[in-house]
Amino acid sequence: MGSRGSHAARIPDADSIRRETGFSQASLLRLYHRFRALDRNKKGYLSRVDLQQIGALAVNPLGDRIIDSFFPDGNLRVDFPGFVRVLAHFRPVDEDDSSMRDPKEPEPLNSRMNKLRFAFQLYDLDRDGKISRHEMLQVLRLMVGVQVTEEQLESIADRTVQEADEDGDGAVSFLEFTKSLEKMDIEQKMSIRILK
Amino acid sequence: MLVWKIGPASFTSKVHLFWGALAFWDCLLWPFLLPPAPRQSNVVNLEWGLLSYGDSLSFPGWCCLTGPSEDGGLFLSWGSLALPGSSTMFLLLPFDSLIVNLLGISLTVLFTLLLVFIIVPAIFGVSFGIRKLYMKTLLKIFAWATLRMERGAKEKNHQLYKPYTNGIIAKDPTSLEEEIKEIRRSGSSKALDNTPEFELSDIFYFCRKGMETIMDDEVTKRFSAEELESWNLLSRTNYNFQYISLRLTVLWGLGVLIRYCFLLPLRIALAFTGISLLVIGTTVVGYLPNGRFKEFLSKHVHLMCYRICVRALTAIITYHDRENRPRNGGICVANHTSPIDVIILASDGYYAMVGQVHGGLMGVIQRAMVKACPHVWFERSEVKDRHLVAKRLTEHVQDKSKLPILIFPEGTCINNTSVMMFKKGSFEIGATVYPVAIKYDPQFGDAFWNSSKYGMVTYLLRMMTSWAIVCSVWYLPPMTRETDEDAVQFANRVKSAIARQGGLVDLLWDGGLKREKVKDTFKEEQQKLYSKMIVGNHEDRSRS
Repeated sequence: MGSRGSHAARIPDADSIRRETGFSQASLLRLYHRFRALDRNKKGYLSRVDLQQIGALAVNPLGDRIIDSFFPDGNLRVDFPGFVRVLAHFRPVDEDDSSMRDPKEPEPLNSRMNKLRFAFQLYDLDRDGKISRHEMLQVLRLMVGVQVTEEQLESIADRTVQEADEDGDGAVSFLEFTKSLEKMDIEQKMSIRILK
Repeated sequence: MLVWKIGPASFTSKVHLFWGALAFWDCLLWPFLLPPAPRQSNVVNLEWGLLSYGDSLSFPGWCCLTGPSEDGGLFLSWGSLALPGSSTMFLLLPFDSLIVNLLGISLTVLFTLLLVFIIVPAIFGVSFGIRKLYMKTLLKIFAWATLRMERGAKEKNHQLYKPYTNGIIAKDPTSLEEEIKEIRRSGSSKALDNTPEFELSDIFYFCRKGMETIMDDEVTKRFSAEELESWNLLSRTNYNFQYISLRLTVLWGLGVLIRYCFLLPLRIALAFTGISLLVIGTTVVGYLPNGRFKEFLSKHVHLMCYRICVRALTAIITYHDRENRPRNGGICVANHTSPIDVIILASDGYYAMVGQVHGGLMGVIQRAMVKACPHVWFERSEVKDRHLVAKRLTEHVQDKSKLPILIFPEGTCINNTSVMMFKKGSFEIGATVYPVAIKYDPQFGDAFWNSSKYGMVTYLLRMMTSWAIVCSVWYLPPMTRETDEDAVQFANRVKSAIARQGGLVDLLWDGGLKREKVKDTFKEEQQKLYSKMIVGNHEDRSRS
């Protein structure tokens, strides 16, 4: 009977999640409903299978990598705070955030740097802070499937690493990554707006 | 049985109908009743509105009903009321106590009047208009309830949860190519005479799309009941429990009482009557020799019983464009929301059903139905054999004397906000297709069957304890397959027509996603599109 009732007070640790992620109360409520809709067996957490069942995500070439970002450090479960923390990276940047922010507080999750860091991690599988040529190849292979030959893919990967690499170590570090994308409007391209 | 009226001859037509119904009901039950001991009944009072019942140990009792006529005169009638329920009651308690008598009287009156108001009009297809009035009253109450909840929420300075049917995030409907080009354009400082082959920023497109589907995707929400914007006094649809005031709780409690103690037993009695009449009627008709009379009778027996079942659910149905109703030799396709769809369509037309043979009660009903007129029932093993299925269906439609087939090509129940992929099997047969769109109004009771959550019995109970099932049915003009279309394209064309008419979202996804994972072929399409962008250009570059 009461399984569909939901209110901010019922979301565990609602206030601390709000402070950490910057989502409004209404948005948090919507995301909580979504979390519960995805959690088919009402376990209270999501596992990989729950996310893999989303049809539109399964056809996304980077679907598995995106799902992995919800399960850092080999975790098998993600609870609601963890779920929202990842989604907070895609919150649109408000103008007042940057001007009124206290520099001593940690950067908000949806800052430009953090959005770039999120994208970087999709490339950097082993989390060593660099995108090697091999990792670049792996991501490319995911995105094109069997449509492109190995040689073509290798030459593309080589070219990309060469263009971005500045210190000549054969890999793209995070700084080099940000530098090559400095003109990009990351804030807009990596943002999802939740309707009021 | 006697019906005799004294008094001024001007009565409203409804009173006539009532007495006609009473008489008819009596005739129906006559064979089941013992001949009465012909006692002079205790007809005591001829005052206004008093009902007296005959001897409690014999049934049917004789009854005398009096009441006011239109012109202020008096009318008096004799009739007999008989009901199996009351007789059982008296058989169990064979002593003549006052309380038993009163209980018997009230039960008898209640059930007989209600059944007479409902069953007999159902048989003849007329209506008293009670249901429309009921609907209007309920709507007013729901609006009031929602206002109270909003007020309650405002007092506590909170927001009510309001569901969005169109999704919770703002989406751009641009294609893969356009988006990636735009991303590259915004990030690249070089002049773009020919688009570069691969950029680090391409990943942003896939990343964002993936996140969007995690926040809100088109398919997952179609397999759970639609969320309502205003509360309809059923606890199963309330998302904002905290804001219910005392008055609202009392109202809700009253609603529970009405639904469970009044409507539910009534509906169960009606459903029982309808199903037993169906089984008995079709079996009886089955013994007749084949011919026009048998067809005529079987059609009407089916129709009558479906109409009773419709009343059993308090289904208020509006049919549009009835001139497009399916004809013999055609196939009727409709979107599927619940098993009730069958009853709703079959109570307005004559169809041959298609389905799997079940055991238990369903099996009994199926076997009885097929005696009266040819339905197409498949054994479980035959269902897997697509050629056999197609052959039997083709044979059926080619015989012009057989009724049109009723098929639900989605294959599974969807929650009535969208139409999912139609399976091409029924579109390959080559018969005329008569599409039908069914749209339920979830305000009064959600008809969607979430088969992973509820079994059939729980589902039927939920249906019978809702306020009502309100829906609209549109009969669309018939469609045939064009020469240059294949079955899949034809199926999609029919699906779009149905979605447009019913105001539903037209999705290409397969309803089978409820239980299975999506096929990899769709992923390959995306990969193909993307590879064209990076490799197609690579070839240009190497040439130049």
